[in-house]
Amino acid sequence: MSLGRILALLSRHMYLYKRSFARLLEIFYWPFLDLVVWGFITIYLEKVGMSLHGALSFFLGALILWDVLFRAQQGIAVSFLEEMWARNLMNLFASPLTVGEYLVATMTMSVLKVTAVGGLMMLFAWVFYSYDILQMGFSLLPFVLNLVVSGWIIGVLTTSIIMRFGQQAEVLAWGMVFLFQPISCVFYPIEVLPPVLQSIAWMVPPAHIFEGMRAVLTTGSAPVTHLLWATGLNCGFLVIIVAWFYHTFSICKERGMLVRVGE
Amino acid sequence: MPASDSINSPVVEVRNLTKRFQGFTAVDNISFDIKKGEILGLLGPNGAGKTTTIHMLLGLITPTVGTIHMFGLDLATHRETILKQVNFSSTYISMPFSLTVEENLKVIARLYELKHIQQRIDDIVKKLEMEDIRHRLTRKLSSGQMSRLTLAKAIMTEPKVLFLDEPTASLDPDIVNKIKSFLKEYQRSEGLSILYTSHNMREMEEMSDRIIFLQRGKIVAEGTASEIIQRYAQRDLEEVFLKLAREQNGP
Repeated sequence: MSLGRILALLSRHMYLYKRSFARLLEIFYWPFLDLVVWGFITIYLEKVGMSLHGALSFFLGALILWDVLFRAQQGIAVSFLEEMWARNLMNLFASPLTVGEYLVATMTMSVLKVTAVGGLMMLFAWVFYSYDILQMGFSLLPFVLNLVVSGWIIGVLTTSIIMRFGQQAEVLAWGMVFLFQPISCVFYPIEVLPPVLQSIAWMVPPAHIFEGMRAVLTTGSAPVTHLLWATGLNCGFLVIIVAWFYHTFSICKERGMLVRVGE
Repeated sequence: MPASDSINSPVVEVRNLTKRFQGFTAVDNISFDIKKGEILGLLGPNGAGKTTTIHMLLGLITPTVGTIHMFGLDLATHRETILKQVNFSSTYISMPFSLTVEENLKVIARLYELKHIQQRIDDIVKKLEMEDIRHRLTRKLSSGQMSRLTLAKAIMTEPKVLFLDEPTASLDPDIVNKIKSFLKEYQRSEGLSILYTSHNMREMEEMSDRIIFLQRGKIVAEGTASEIIQRYAQRDLEEVFLKLAREQNGP
C-alpha cells in the first residue's frame, strides 16, 4: 500500500473542491437547511408542550449524527462518480494504483467531508439554537466513529453497484443511505418499529448507534452493549463489503465494464 | 548497448491472447512480441480488437485465455511493478475537467510516485508546446489540446512501454508532425517500446518498425509495411487496409 498514491488521489479531489462552488455548496447548503428546518420543528414541539425530554438534543443531535452517516457514505460514492463523469477511471486503474489504495483514499475523503460537514453543523446548532452536541461528552465519540464506518460500508456497496450497472445506478449515490434510514431509527426509538422490522434493525449498526446516542442523552453514560454490537457488526460488514467490492471489480474487468462505466 | 541487442530483447510478450464477451470473440488467440526500442503498429478496421488488446495490456480487461508478460513478469501477478513502467494515451480518454492542465499532470506524477515533479512538468509542457495552456482548466481545452495533455501525462512518467491508441486523431497537421518527430526522437533516445494504433496509413508506415494487421480479432498479417504491401500485392498500406477491411465487413 503506497501512501504517495493515496495522497495523489486525495489531491485530485482537493483541487476539485477548491474550485467547484457546486461541490462546496453540497457540503454547506443542505446540512444548513436540514438544521434550520429541524431546529424550527424542535422549537415548535417545545412550544406546544410536547412532553419529550430534551427534544432539542434528540432531534438536532440525531440530525447531526445522521449527516455523519450520510456524508461518510457520499464521500465514497460521489468520489467514484467524479471519476466516472470525468472519464478518469482508465487513467487511475491503468496506473500502479491498487484497489485497496483507491478504497483507502475514498474512505479518507469521506472522513474529511464528515469533519467539514459535522463541524459546520455543530457550529450552526450552537449559534442558532444554543445547542452544543459536545455536552454529551466523549462518550459520543466511539458512536461517531462507528457511524463513519457504517457510512463507508454503505458507500462501498453503492459504488460497487454503480460500477456494475453504470450511470443508470448513479442516483443511488444520494438515495442508497435513505434505504437504511427507517431501520436505523434515527429520530425515534427502536421499539416503535413493528416486531419484524425490530429484528432487522438490530442487525443494522446505525440502529445501535442511534439507540446508544439516546441512552447517552437520558442516562449520561455510554451503553457498552450497543457500542459492542455496533462495532462487531461494522467490522463484519466492512470485511464482507470490501471483499464484495474486490469481487465486483474483478467481474467488471472480466466483462470489460471498467472501460465503459461512464458511457 | 548495441542496437541489435536492444532490438532483440522483447519487453512485451503476448501469447494466445483471447477475449470473449458473451459469445462474441473480440480478440482471438493472438501472439506477438514488442522488442526493446521497437514501434509496433497495430492496424485494423473498427471492431478488429485493437483497443481491447490495449486494454488487456493495461490490465483494464482480464483476458479469457492467454498470458501477457512485460519485462519478463506476468501482468496477472505483477500488475503494480509492470504498470509503473508503462503508460498510455488515447483519444478515447479524458482527464478531470475541473482541474487545470498542470494540476492534472501533478496528480498523475504523484500516482506514479515521480521525483522532481515540477521539473518534469516544466520539461514536458515545454516539449509539447503547452506553456500557453498549462494553467487552463481542462474543460476549456480543444480536442487537439486534450490529446496533447493525455500524451504529456503518458510521456511524463518516463515509461519503458507506451501504448498509443490513435494519439494524433483530431490534431492539426502541424502538431501531428511535431508529435511524431517528438515521439520518434524520444523513442530513439530512451529505447522506448511503443504499441501504436492509427487510422492514418501514411503515419503508420512512417512510425512503425513492424505492423500487425488485425481482422475480426485475429492476426491476418505481420511484418514491415513493405512486406505486407508486397504480400497482398497492393500499391500501399491504405490499399491493403481497404482490402482487408472490406473482407471483414463484407461487400
